[in-house]
Amino acid sequence: MSENWIILGATSSMARAFARGVSQRGDAVFLAGRDSDDLATTAQDCALRGARLAEALIFDARAPEGFAGLIARLEREEGQINAAVFVGSMPDQSEIDADPSLIQGIVADNFTGPAQFLQMLAPVLEARGGGTIVGVGSVAGDRGRVGNYAYGAAKAGFHTYLSGLRNRLTRSGAHVVTVKPGFVDTAMTWGIEGMFLVAPPEKVSEDILAAVKKRRNVVYTPFFWRYIMLIIRMIPEPIFKKMSI
Amino acid sequence: MRWKRTEYTGWGRAVHASAEIARPERLSSLRAVLSESPAPAIGQLRSYGDAALNDDGKVIDMTRLDRIIGFDAESGVVEVEAGAMIGDLGRIFAARGWIPPVMPGTGFATVGGCIANDVHGKNHHVVGSFGQHVTEITLFQGDKTRKVTPDRTADLFKATVGGLGQTGVIASAKISLMPCKGDMMVLTERRVDGWDEFLAALENSRADYNVGWIDATAKGSNLGRGILEEGEITSGVSPTIGRAREVPFNAPHWALSAPVVRMFNEAYYRRVPVGGRTTVKPISAPFFPLDAIHNWNRLYGKRGFHQFQCVVPVAEVQTLRQMLELVANSGLASPLAVLKRMGGGRAGYMSFPMDGLTLAVDFPNRSAARVLIGNLERMTEDAGGRVYLAKDALMAPERIEAMYPEHALWLKAVRKADPDGAMTTDLVRRLKLRAPS
Repeated sequence: MSENWIILGATSSMARAFARGVSQRGDAVFLAGRDSDDLATTAQDCALRGARLAEALIFDARAPEGFAGLIARLEREEGQINAAVFVGSMPDQSEIDADPSLIQGIVADNFTGPAQFLQMLAPVLEARGGGTIVGVGSVAGDRGRVGNYAYGAAKAGFHTYLSGLRNRLTRSGAHVVTVKPGFVDTAMTWGIEGMFLVAPPEKVSEDILAAVKKRRNVVYTPFFWRYIMLIIRMIPEPIFKKMSI
Repeated sequence: MRWKRTEYTGWGRAVHASAEIARPERLSSLRAVLSESPAPAIGQLRSYGDAALNDDGKVIDMTRLDRIIGFDAESGVVEVEAGAMIGDLGRIFAARGWIPPVMPGTGFATVGGCIANDVHGKNHHVVGSFGQHVTEITLFQGDKTRKVTPDRTADLFKATVGGLGQTGVIASAKISLMPCKGDMMVLTERRVDGWDEFLAALENSRADYNVGWIDATAKGSNLGRGILEEGEITSGVSPTIGRAREVPFNAPHWALSAPVVRMFNEAYYRRVPVGGRTTVKPISAPFFPLDAIHNWNRLYGKRGFHQFQCVVPVAEVQTLRQMLELVANSGLASPLAVLKRMGGGRAGYMSFPMDGLTLAVDFPNRSAARVLIGNLERMTEDAGGRVYLAKDALMAPERIEAMYPEHALWLKAVRKADPDGAMTTDLVRRLKLRAPS
């Protein structure tokens, strides 16, 4: 059956790798983001790599008035509708300390923007009786740390939202996969001190595709982050609050 | 754009650099970073020596700009970002009946690197060099964008193709693909007993693709023995390709010591039956034999290795024989030694190819090997040949004018294109390519 993917935040390298992955299967890809020139290039790339259809669409997590148009576009396609959310932003915690109002944007990019979009999309999946939503969160959402707790808090909110959405959609046969990547080699992490075990975006994309196929609920990628985060979550708060990891 | 301080090396891992690296993921961010701080571009670091190194400086990593921008199914012209890997292009397009006319020995080479080194493939005698199939280059020079073509901007084109990145950063390029029957190759391998037989076999080969593997440890009557590989592209059903293996860490220094190499070469030679054999393989196997083993350069241990590659005119072929004798007697050679007939096709002022024979040999990075390579370079110059700069880390600047007679033309165009020397690399400094002469 023909599948359609809307990919939010499609200019990111993780999203690009994922778009290539589903293009090679012959799916249709709708690449949504803010940089339309860049998305048009990626759309060409996807089409030449095998996508049945590749289209660039404008999506701005902070401008929800544009969401309805995107959903209407998707509804014109036959077959299963899927969404993959790669939207996110992570300014330095020091920038946030200097300008606390940045938190609004972080929450909009990582949580409320995508959540509002998915909330509007959910009835479409229910009506068609299937489809998959991939929500990319972060291990940073598993516990607030001194280095990036504003970002982590937004991702934690998104995780909780995805968990509830999964609970709702499973009744209609649709499925939600929560993806928690560790450090991934992207523009977001390039040149930041203290990165270790950094995974290439292609690896993350492979893991996501496998998780979609197996209808996994929550996946860490690469897998060992599940155990790293298990340990980090188990550290008692009186000790954790004095650590800087 | 953030910069990342990184220690890195060329493929030979014998020379190192520490540089600030930016890695844009969009053309707009490439443009932004170049207008702010112009720096030379690097790709997958498949040049062996210091062509991609800029110690204590800045470089732009192009590997994330790797998209196919467009394809004209009528003419077969494809436009790609410079960071796209040639092996990916081959894989994607061969299945639909088109192939990059020139593919170097590794599929990991980027299109930008293929242009900047005007690379050649196993069919150079038929189709010429990579640059001869490039119809347009989009060059970023600071905040300016230039469209460079072989006819309208011939001088800049010839300075850019094979130009070691000195005219600006190649952002994307249009390449004229070649129709092909499919994505399989009929490969014939034959043992060749000795030097004279090898020369005759290469001269008489009528195949589209050919290359000779030489046992660089064989001496005396066996000198120059090896295997001639000839290939033609065909269609067929491709079995699934096995996952690439990886050399996980640096091998100990004896891994490629003389007795091991002699034993390996003997076995490699005898692997092909006396009467030869013909097999059908997916094209990636004969094109990129070593790509099946990731990080094979670690086999040479942490000191790395050097590859010497030269080309000499056909009339000077006895020089190549002398070189091979020197190499065989030194006991320093690795299993990797390649002999190939080249045509005259080249597209840039500083392009490597010339009508003649090319010999490539890998050596572990030892002082004796460096001395030997110095001798081989002198012999190359005396024979009117040239050393391939994409492989080189050792040559002295004095040899450039003799080996690359169009260097002055290149220099003039480069000074115009990059007057402040922002694109200078370690190789350019070592060989004094941009110094006033």
